[in-house]
Amino acid sequence: MTTEYDLAGRKAIVTGAAKGIGHAVAERFLKSGAKVDIWDRDGKALAAAAEELSKLGPVHPCVLDVAHGHEVEGAVDDAVDHWGGIDILVTCAGVLGQVCPTPDYPEDEWHRIIEIHLTGTFLCARAASRHMLEQGYGRIVTLSSDSGKEGTPNMPAYSAAKAGIIGLTRGMAREFATRGVTVNAISPTIIDTEMGREAAKDFGEKALSRIPMKRYGQPEEIAAMIAWLCSEEASFTSGTIFDATGGRSHY
Amino acid sequence: MNRIDLAGRVALVTGGAQGIGLAIAERLLRSGAAVTVWDANEARLTKAGKVLTRLGPCETATVDVTDPRAVEASIAALVETRDTLHILVNNAGIMGKVAPTLDQSDADWTTAVDVLLHGTFWCSRAALPPMLAAGWGRIVNIASISGKEGTPNMPAYSAAKAGVIGLTKSMGRELGESGISVNCITPAAIETDLIRNTSPEHHKYMLSNIPMGRFGQVEEIASLAAWLCSEDCSYTTGGVFDASGARSSY
Ligand SMILES: NC(=O)c1ccc[n+]([C@@H]2O[C@H](COP(=O)([O-])OP(=O)(O)OC[C@H]3O[C@@H](n4cnc5c(N)ncnc54)[C@H](O)[C@@H]3O)[C@@H](O)[C@H]2O)c1
Ligand SMILES: NC(=O)c1ccc[n+]([C@@H]2O[C@H](COP(=O)([O-])OP(=O)(O)OC[C@H]3O[C@@H](n4cnc5c(N)ncnc54)[C@H](O)[C@@H]3O)[C@@H](O)[C@H]2O)c1
Repeated sequence: MTTEYDLAGRKAIVTGAAKGIGHAVAERFLKSGAKVDIWDRDGKALAAAAEELSKLGPVHPCVLDVAHGHEVEGAVDDAVDHWGGIDILVTCAGVLGQVCPTPDYPEDEWHRIIEIHLTGTFLCARAASRHMLEQGYGRIVTLSSDSGKEGTPNMPAYSAAKAGIIGLTRGMAREFATRGVTVNAISPTIIDTEMGREAAKDFGEKALSRIPMKRYGQPEEIAAMIAWLCSEEASFTSGTIFDATGGRSHY
Repeated sequence: MNRIDLAGRVALVTGGAQGIGLAIAERLLRSGAAVTVWDANEARLTKAGKVLTRLGPCETATVDVTDPRAVEASIAALVETRDTLHILVNNAGIMGKVAPTLDQSDADWTTAVDVLLHGTFWCSRAALPPMLAAGWGRIVNIASISGKEGTPNMPAYSAAKAGVIGLTKSMGRELGESGISVNCITPAAIETDLIRNTSPEHHKYMLSNIPMGRFGQVEEIASLAAWLCSEDCSYTTGGVFDASGARSSY
């Protein structure tokens, strides 16, 4: 027996679901009885993920860029049409971006990273929360990072965007507090995904020396935490940043 | 309801005769664990034990967590009976005197710190040998939002709970590679006797600080605690898990 989360009949949107953490979340959700709208920018990877995930339960893929408001609005409408509503949103879409000293950091890269992570998270939450508030129930989980708490050298935009996601998460949590919609964030350190392995090239050795568990996390470990947060019984926890750093984080 | 898998796990919950601890003991039993419940209040514990034994393998023992020798002897007895110990939930607590700092006596201060901080340390230290032998363990400390924010007129409680958060982080890091994780929960006001017995003014004050506009329920803390005790909580240690109705600011 393993732990089984009760997401029976829940309708979820998971962004960045073609790979990595988003993919693991979609998988755990399906195993927990949810119906999942999987979003990603990478059409080819998403089609492959959809084929594989549909063996576990009902999925509905959508190719889009989360940084484009009109695409997000359309995709949420589409998901609501398809499933008859939306109960859960998990925002995993993201890129690492350039690793480069701040004095040389390109302006267009700054805008690109802020748009994908911070604006993208806002756009998805804005569109999905309308439906959640209307029905008086919802679970939103965003992806921050230890970069957003500590700040990572040579990653000014990523660090700022991830810190921004914490502020956005807390603000929405308080705004929605009496209306049945919780909003929480996860703050992982390096997780063994494509992005994590890319980050490990630059920061791996130093990061590992600071992780008391002396290992990187697995996407399935993040997915389990997110599944608990998205279950109905996670009802008094909102506006919080759940740490998944093998003991690294300070607060 | 989530089905948390604690099959085969041996657990100890302190202060489990009522309130949050009782709800946690219930949830752990329903999740398949064998649970030992301690409390200093023998009469209440006997009553709770009658309810709990219907849910699964449950034992009770009258133990005051402020007595380190009694704690050690009782853990030895538990390990004797159950062979091992995997899970410790440090929940026993009192609120201490609610009054301005100038009106807090020596005893008001030491009594609260003794139960909340010292008790948590005595139990955690004594629980480590069997957990280290098993190569797997989960310690969950019930801290409080007071330990993050500081609650006016509750200096000892706030300080002791901040101490519990520091202890959680220190032990979490120390034990990073051991298979034992140490995490804590920081609840805002939860509807138990601890709250019901406070003055109407304090009641109102507590509620006004919670954005959800309601007190938490014991089951909500039990759900989080059970998850933290499970194998699914595998990449967080030294973590502070909030259950505060959106109140916490960090
Ligand atoms: N892996 C880590 O070490 C780590 C650590 C902390 C935080 N995070 C965060 O977790 C989230 C998921 O990361 P991951 O490790 O799974 O990465 P990943 O690269 O494995 O997967 C990210 C997915 O998001 C998609 N994506 C990227 N930009 C998009 C956009 N604009 N619109 C739609 N889809 C887009 C990608 O195509 C990809 O499928 C990210 O927000 C990341 O910042 C990751
Ligand atoms: N209720 C809340 O609002 C709230 C909020 C945050 C944190 N907490 C914490 O949660 C924990 C449980 O609180 P509760 O609200 O269920 O309180 P409660 O008073 O309902 O239950 C506490 C139990 O601990 C027992 N206990 C007290 N001192 C003991 C000792 N020295 N040794 C053994 N047992 C002892 C009591 O007999 C009682 O059964 C406490 O640590 C408390 O500080 C409670």
